[in-house]
Amino acid sequence: MGRYILRRVLLALPLLLGVSFILYVLMRLAPGGPEAVYGQNPHVRAEDLARIREQMGLNDPIIVAYAKWLWAFLRGNMGFSLFTGRPVVAMLGDHVPNTFLLMGASLLFSVSMGVLFGVISAVRQYSWFDYGVTTFAFFGYSMPTFWFGIVLMMVLAANDYSFALGGYHYETGHWLPAAGMFGASFDGNLIDWLRSPTWVGTCDLGAHLVMPVLVLSIVSIASWSRYARSSMLEVIRADYVRMARAKGLSEFRVIARHALRNAMIPIVTLVALALPALFAGATITEQIFAWPGVGRLFIDSLGKSDYPVVMAIMFISAILVILGNILADILYGLLDPRIRFE
Amino acid sequence: MTGLFEQRVETDADIAPPKGYWTGVWRRFCKHRLAVAGLVVLLLLSVACWLGPVVIPFQFDDLDLDHTRALFSWQHPLGTDELGQDTLVRLLYAGRVSMTVGVAAALVGVLVGALIGALAGYYGRTLDGFLMRLADMMLSVPVLMLIMVLSTFLKDRAFPGGQIGIIVFILGLTGWMTVSRLVRAEFLSLREQEFIDAARACGLNDAQIILRHLIPNALAPIFVAATLGVADAIMMESALSFLGFGIQPPVPTWGNMLTNAQQYMIDTPWLAIYPGVLIFLTTVSVNYVGDGLRDALDPKLKR
Repeated sequence: MGRYILRRVLLALPLLLGVSFILYVLMRLAPGGPEAVYGQNPHVRAEDLARIREQMGLNDPIIVAYAKWLWAFLRGNMGFSLFTGRPVVAMLGDHVPNTFLLMGASLLFSVSMGVLFGVISAVRQYSWFDYGVTTFAFFGYSMPTFWFGIVLMMVLAANDYSFALGGYHYETGHWLPAAGMFGASFDGNLIDWLRSPTWVGTCDLGAHLVMPVLVLSIVSIASWSRYARSSMLEVIRADYVRMARAKGLSEFRVIARHALRNAMIPIVTLVALALPALFAGATITEQIFAWPGVGRLFIDSLGKSDYPVVMAIMFISAILVILGNILADILYGLLDPRIRFE
Repeated sequence: MTGLFEQRVETDADIAPPKGYWTGVWRRFCKHRLAVAGLVVLLLLSVACWLGPVVIPFQFDDLDLDHTRALFSWQHPLGTDELGQDTLVRLLYAGRVSMTVGVAAALVGVLVGALIGALAGYYGRTLDGFLMRLADMMLSVPVLMLIMVLSTFLKDRAFPGGQIGIIVFILGLTGWMTVSRLVRAEFLSLREQEFIDAARACGLNDAQIILRHLIPNALAPIFVAATLGVADAIMMESALSFLGFGIQPPVPTWGNMLTNAQQYMIDTPWLAIYPGVLIFLTTVSVNYVGDGLRDALDPKLKR
């Protein structure tokens, strides 16, 4: 087991070196970049620019510059933003918790709903519910998330329509806040809220979470329900499930204790593969709902050619994706004793 | 029952082209009602998108500043946007762009993927290791981020096909990994089979074996992947254009029409509804067609 993990990690290293080198070259070839950014500033003299070039290693051969960058990166120095001058690590520190909250909430919601739908539709295969879930899954896959976000916003947050239903008069709009994480009722960010949570602040945060989580979840519920359904269909005809029924267990116990636990094995590994998104966030959804997460930081930085930030986000994501793959394989082996580590 | 030594007389039925594989595929495809519906929707949409702008007396960038953000009228059946441009003609023209990008990008992705997968699966060993590690690397970087970065870098470069060409190139470059894995897996099992030994014994060279004997046998998964790739590419293009990293106005795409509509969604929500409905309709149809194709091409793989 230990040897297996060690081998997988060692095999991942050349992969990471390759990814980081490609990313580095890409960023070096990029238009704009540090010189263009500083060059626009009339206060920056030619000799300052030369000094910056030297400091940033732009005069070194690309291999040397890459090695220096990688060494610094590994020691936690991811460089400085070309615009704010702040360390990239600190900027990430501001955004990562927000993304983590959003993606965590959405992952939790979509996996639980998806597994629920998938299991029911597998147990009642070819029922109306099953067809409904299948159709929903197809629609969910094909739903452009950005459009769904805008429509939700129009209905729940932005418009002032009024309509009458059942004798009552309703006004739509302003039910939910459209953007950001906290409204006027809470002064501060997520970290402040964690330090001293107030009831109002919690409700505010919850209200801000609803729409982005819904938007993120519609596509993922679709795919989780498909995975759960096919995985459940595979085990439901297995001999040990028939055996459990033959023993006279109640149908609920058969499904919940015998079938579901085995059907969850592939799901757990897929969750491990989804974990890296907790860091990288959801670029589109964060952009629509002005959620101050990593995805939004990425778009902003890319728009401003702030390459150290862009680079750090992409490289850390790549590291996490590769680690997530290793974790998934290990989990699969741990949960399914038929799999041997070799 | 024909006896073992009895000479069979060739009839017309033997000489006529066999009623073969594709007839069967088409028959099975037609059994999948939603797939057929998807195909019909796609055909109607394409006809509308390619004929509509020819028939409608407006260009997609004709301004009508007296009628901005108008509700529907005889003149403008779906209203106008904030510059008084006819929404219908813009939607149809955008459909041309989006569908062209989707099909072209999927084609590029599938061709690159098939080539890489074929090389990796056929030659194996070092080349396989290298190409598959390359695929792993590409898969480890979040694809939307990579596409956005590439699109920023290439934005104002001269490129065959202009900005549409750039998007197709980028989507193809980042969309080959799944296909290459599929093709490689098919090749790994196919190349051990006897008919390949036979082909080699006949003196065929590698290119002939790959193109004439291996690719045709691996065609089913490639077809399905290509179809689903179109849906992915359309979705990705519209997401990119929506975020401002794709095709830029005044050329309309469903994605960038949404960007503008978002600003006016309180007063003129329909401007934001149309493009999304069309994206959704197209991708749903393509996905159903892909699903039907999967069932039709591989009758063994019935889910």
